Amino acid sequence: MSPRLLLLAACLAGASARAGEIPPDQRRSGYETMSRETQKIQDDDATNPGMLWVLDGEALWGKKAGAERSCGDCHGDAKASMKGVAARYPALDAARGTPLTLEQRINACRVDHQKATPFTYESEELLALTAYVALQSRGLPIAPRIDAKTKPFLEAGREAFRRRQGQLNLSCALCHDDNWGKHLAGSPIPQGHPTGYPLYRLEWQSLGSLERRLRNCLFGIRARLPGFGSDELVDLELYLMWRARGMKLEAPAVRP
Amino acid sequence: MARAVVTVPPRARRGEIVEIKTLAQHPMETGFRRTQTGELIPRDIIRTFRCSYNGTEVFRAELHPAIAANPLIAFTTVATESGTLSFEWAGDNGYTVTEIAAIKVE
Repeated sequence: MSPRLLLLAACLAGASARAGEIPPDQRRSGYETMSRETQKIQDDDATNPGMLWVLDGEALWGKKAGAERSCGDCHGDAKASMKGVAARYPALDAARGTPLTLEQRINACRVDHQKATPFTYESEELLALTAYVALQSRGLPIAPRIDAKTKPFLEAGREAFRRRQGQLNLSCALCHDDNWGKHLAGSPIPQGHPTGYPLYRLEWQSLGSLERRLRNCLFGIRARLPGFGSDELVDLELYLMWRARGMKLEAPAVRP
Repeated sequence: MARAVVTVPPRARRGEIVEIKTLAQHPMETGFRRTQTGELIPRDIIRTFRCSYNGTEVFRAELHPAIAANPLIAFTTVATESGTLSFEWAGDNGYTVTEIAAIKVE
């Protein structure tokens, strides 16, 4: 076979539809498919706009709220106490019996322990604190804890990932499991691993949470939008983190 | 929250060209966008950025509505003497932020 024919055969093999979950060795962070320029913005803390929120989060960490207590009063230095925390969220809350996302955990802490009002989703404050906590896990492998209690939520998330929905009748899996690496209107389809949230999206011109991104995607397929913090989004988040287990956290990431 | 981050090499050799990076937190609202009910969102942008090196202006930029939010401005200057670099952003609605950074020239 001539080299040209071999190349064609290789291309055809690559183009055939993949199905099922992505094998661990083929998983890629969205970082790898974005442009070199965007990668450089993320790599340097001096240019990564997400660091602006991290600095705000650091200030909020030490600020007293509600019952005159700050995050730091209980948790001490975030650099030590919050290391690895973001890598294992969403995590089961024993009292509630359901998994909580990092944002929900911060708000639960505010209500239960600080006796303060919870932050609204996507508010500057909540994004800032989440970014500051997430930064402490940068470079650590994603490792959500899956046991008998969290398994049903993981399965619900998996089901949501595979369920066709919306007017376009698409599931998450159709793009992100079966057709990653191809293009959708000129943009590469990523595998959809939540390795860098909260992240700065150039399209948003702002930091945003994973739930904002998920709602964004659901809007794109013209599906019903579940509310921030809804069970459906939390389960999906848990499944996505499990799907990306072992990959390195890169928060606050930058994406186009 | 109005915050700015500047990155200046803490030490440099005399005559060396040093790169300075600045990042300012700002929405840079263009003034051309409308709300869902059709009302114009008023313009809110940074208008000017200045950098002075021991009191002498070494870099100045005018910013316009097409510039992205949280503008990153990177530029170079020649390290002439030890001292301070001061940075000033000014814009609509009374926005001003100042930052200073020290540089040691050997």
